Amino acid sequence: MKLRSRYPYYFVLAALILYVVFFIIPSLSGIAYAFTDWNAYSGEVNFVGLQNFQTILSPGENYLSYISNTLVFTAITIILKTVFGLGLALLLSEGVRRFVNAYRVMIYLPAVLPTLVVALIFRSILNPATGLLNTFLRGIGLDSAARPWLVDPHIALYSVIGVDTWKGVGYIMVILLAGLQTIPREYYEAAEVDGASAWSRFWHITLPLLMPAIVVVTVLNVLYGLRVFDIVYALTNGGPGYATEVLSTAIFKAFSQGQYGLGTAVSSVLFVILLVAGYFVIRLLEREPAGG
Amino acid sequence: MLSKQLKRGAAHSLAIIASLIMVIPVYLIAINALKSTAQASSMGIDLPTTVQLDNFGTVIEKGKLGTSFFNSVLYASSATILGTFLAAMAAYVLSRNRTRLNRFLYFFLIMGIALPINFFTLTKMMQVTHLINTKPGIIILYAATQIPFAVFLIYGFVDSIPRELDEAATIDGCGPIQLFVQVILPLLTPVLVTTGILSFLGVWNDFLLPLYYLNNSANWPMTLAVYNFFGQYQQSWNLVSADILLTILPVVVVYLVGQRFILSGLTTGAVKG
Repeated sequence: MKLRSRYPYYFVLAALILYVVFFIIPSLSGIAYAFTDWNAYSGEVNFVGLQNFQTILSPGENYLSYISNTLVFTAITIILKTVFGLGLALLLSEGVRRFVNAYRVMIYLPAVLPTLVVALIFRSILNPATGLLNTFLRGIGLDSAARPWLVDPHIALYSVIGVDTWKGVGYIMVILLAGLQTIPREYYEAAEVDGASAWSRFWHITLPLLMPAIVVVTVLNVLYGLRVFDIVYALTNGGPGYATEVLSTAIFKAFSQGQYGLGTAVSSVLFVILLVAGYFVIRLLEREPAGG
Repeated sequence: MLSKQLKRGAAHSLAIIASLIMVIPVYLIAINALKSTAQASSMGIDLPTTVQLDNFGTVIEKGKLGTSFFNSVLYASSATILGTFLAAMAAYVLSRNRTRLNRFLYFFLIMGIALPINFFTLTKMMQVTHLINTKPGIIILYAATQIPFAVFLIYGFVDSIPRELDEAATIDGCGPIQLFVQVILPLLTPVLVTTGILSFLGVWNDFLLPLYYLNNSANWPMTLAVYNFFGQYQQSWNLVSADILLTILPVVVVYLVGQRFILSGLTTGAVKG
């Protein structure tokens, strides 16, 4: 019996049709609409050349700062989530022997909550006057550390980054923890016999062998960070002013204001950034030595 | 010996502090959901002086939580079943019969994991197909968004099922559909459970698609209803907390019951795949 009749193509068809209709066709036609003045207020759609992209790049508009906010958000959340995630993973795999699963379940908990809800909870926790964070800081005598976290335009983006790290670090920890468990214990035993210090064991065994898992979490964090929406929308809605506006929230604003052509152009910019970032992340991480 | 015990103790203290930091916000919601409006205004960690259980009744009535709860259940379960089933069919054939075309189709499909949705042209597509602002529309859209990652997870798992089973079943006279439904699908259970739970949580927690594509409040899922409720009752944190608590309760229950599958499933896709 031929493979084709045992594994017929029509099995793939339904998934493929849904995917093409709702992902691929909108993405491809989006490229064409980015060069038009498509909007909610007129029935006509006219070709306007590069006008939308000129708007995005013009210093009079704020799109360049939205791009920079998106990149800053992505870069810092990657670093924080990977560093804390790795720290927690090492703590649970090397530091403690008992209650590992209980800790793991609790640390992962925020990752299963709706991002929207997390944002609402932190709007209360970060409230300058009554919020739990400032109350706590004042309580331990650090009055000067208390801040208007989401109101001060200089720190609002970092507050959003902090909340997002709180929400996402458990996910990263779980993946890195699984990565750590694939490293054979014999390597550590041999290193210990040779008198290698804890630091050099980490540097020469753990880190190189954990690289595949680190690649995975970095790719996930890049994809997430560049497309981030919920946490920003519900914490600050891009404010104060435009201090925390990222590309996805700007796209939603263009959508609400009926500026479809411009919004599609911003979506295309995001798409290109995703492609470029994805390419560089993979190239960069592949160059890391894969063996100790 | 003593220093080893000290280290162990320090490690446990750190792990406990980390766990507390992760759990306290949820505790905060649970405790404030029981307070009076006045006591909850500061959203403190103090215990409620009087337990106000009728907060939940108020919230269910004013926040239309009943309708949105059923919407969320409907969207999350239908989209999960539809998306996971279609993805399983596709992943099975693509993994078993690795022709050049099928390899291309596999990468074409999982490319969707990275692809950003274009909401503007998708709106047009939803209008053309008459799916905009409808329940079937949002379900089909969610199913479509689940497909790339589900195909990725299931594709790897199909390899672990011996091909000899397919041959034996075919010799016994199974057609392709019977072979898939009666032989393969039951063996895929572990990965289907993982994919299903992740998809269910993903749809339940999603806020973006309803924000774009559901204008009518009768079709809102819980996330959108909570957001709207928060807009109206920002001053009453006890009610907001009760509303949030009822929204996250199903997720937390699914998580606690299914945590073994979730935590292991996340990593089969990420580390070994």
